[in-house]
Amino acid sequence: MCTMIVNQALIQGSGKGTSGWFTVGQVNVSYDHPYHVPLEHALNIDFVNEAEGPGARVAVELTLDSARRLIETIQAVLARAEAGGYLNEEGIKG
Amino acid sequence: MYQTNMYEGMLAETVAIRGAKGDAINAYYARPLGAGPFPGMVVIHHAPGWDEWYREATRKFAHHGYAAISPDLYCREGHGTPEDVGAKARAAGGVPDEQVVGDLEGAMRYLRSLPYIGKVGVFGTCSGGRNAFLMACRVKGFDAAVECWGGRVVMAKEELTPKQPVAPIDYTKDLSCPLLGLFGNDDKSPSPEQVNQHEAELKKHGKNYEFHRYDKAGHGFFYYDRTNYRQEQAVDGWKKIFAFLEKYLSAK
Repeated sequence: MCTMIVNQALIQGSGKGTSGWFTVGQVNVSYDHPYHVPLEHALNIDFVNEAEGPGARVAVELTLDSARRLIETIQAVLARAEAGGYLNEEGIKG
Repeated sequence: MYQTNMYEGMLAETVAIRGAKGDAINAYYARPLGAGPFPGMVVIHHAPGWDEWYREATRKFAHHGYAAISPDLYCREGHGTPEDVGAKARAAGGVPDEQVVGDLEGAMRYLRSLPYIGKVGVFGTCSGGRNAFLMACRVKGFDAAVECWGGRVVMAKEELTPKQPVAPIDYTKDLSCPLLGLFGNDDKSPSPEQVNQHEAELKKHGKNYEFHRYDKAGHGFFYYDRTNYRQEQAVDGWKKIFAFLEKYLSAK
C-alpha cells in the first residue's frame, strides 16, 4: 500500500533523462511503491525539474541495503574530497 | 456469460468529464456496443497512476457487460507517461480526498447522464480500493462497491494529513450500498488486524458487506506484472467481483 512517506529537497545540478541532459532543481525521496524494481516498497529517488513537467525526471528505485550503501558511499566520497581540499573550489558549493 | 457464437463489440476511448470544482479531467471510457441498458462502473486507479493495468481493467468490465469509466485522478499534475505523472503525485503526497471525491462523483454523474445506463457500481484497488469505500460512504448514487485491499481506510490520528483529514473508516455509518472487500492475509496495509477493524465497524453499523481474505497473498495480488501477483487468488477474486456485481447491479 502507498505509504505516503516522501520528502523533497531543493538541489542544483543536472540529470540525464530520456531526452538528454536537463537542469534538476528538486529531489523527491520516497519509501513507497516502486514502478520497476520487483518489491512492494522501495527507496525511490526522483531528480526532477518541476518547471519542465512530469517527464523531466531521472528515477532510481533501490532496495533498502542499496539505499544505505548509497548514502555511505556519497558520505565517503564527500569526506575524501573534503580531506583533499577540493570542496572549497569556487562554484562547487550550492 | 459469453458464448462463442455471440456477437461482441466494444468502444473504448478517452473522454473528458467534469470533476471536482467543475474542472475538466480526462477519463478512459469503455462500453459494450449495443443499445443497452448496461450497468455502469466507476473504476478508480491506484496510487501508481492511471496506467495500462487500469485501462485493461476498464475494458475487462466492458467485456463483462458494464459501461466502465476510469477518470485520471492525477490530471491536474500535468501530462506525461503514467509513471512520470504518478511519480509527481507520489512526491506531492498524493491528491486530496476532497478532490478525489469530486472527480469520482463527476464520473458517476457522467455515467448516469447517459441514456443506456442502469445501476452503477464502483471498483478500486490499493488507494483506489480505499477511495471506492470512501465514495460509497461520502456520495449517494452507487448501488455496489468493490474495495480491493484498500490501505489507509483505517488510519491512526498521526497519519491524518490536510489531504486526508478523515480516516474513511469513520464514515462507515454513511455507507449507502453493499460492499465487497478482497484482501491478502500477507498484506501490511491493510494488515489483517486493520481488516478486522474495518469489518467490526461494518458489523457495528449493520452494513451489507462481504469480505474475502486470501492466504498466501499480499498487497496487489491482481497485478500480473508485479511480483505480488497470485494467479489462483486473482482468478477467484475476479470471479467473486463479477458474481457480486451481477447480484447487485443486474437489471433483473
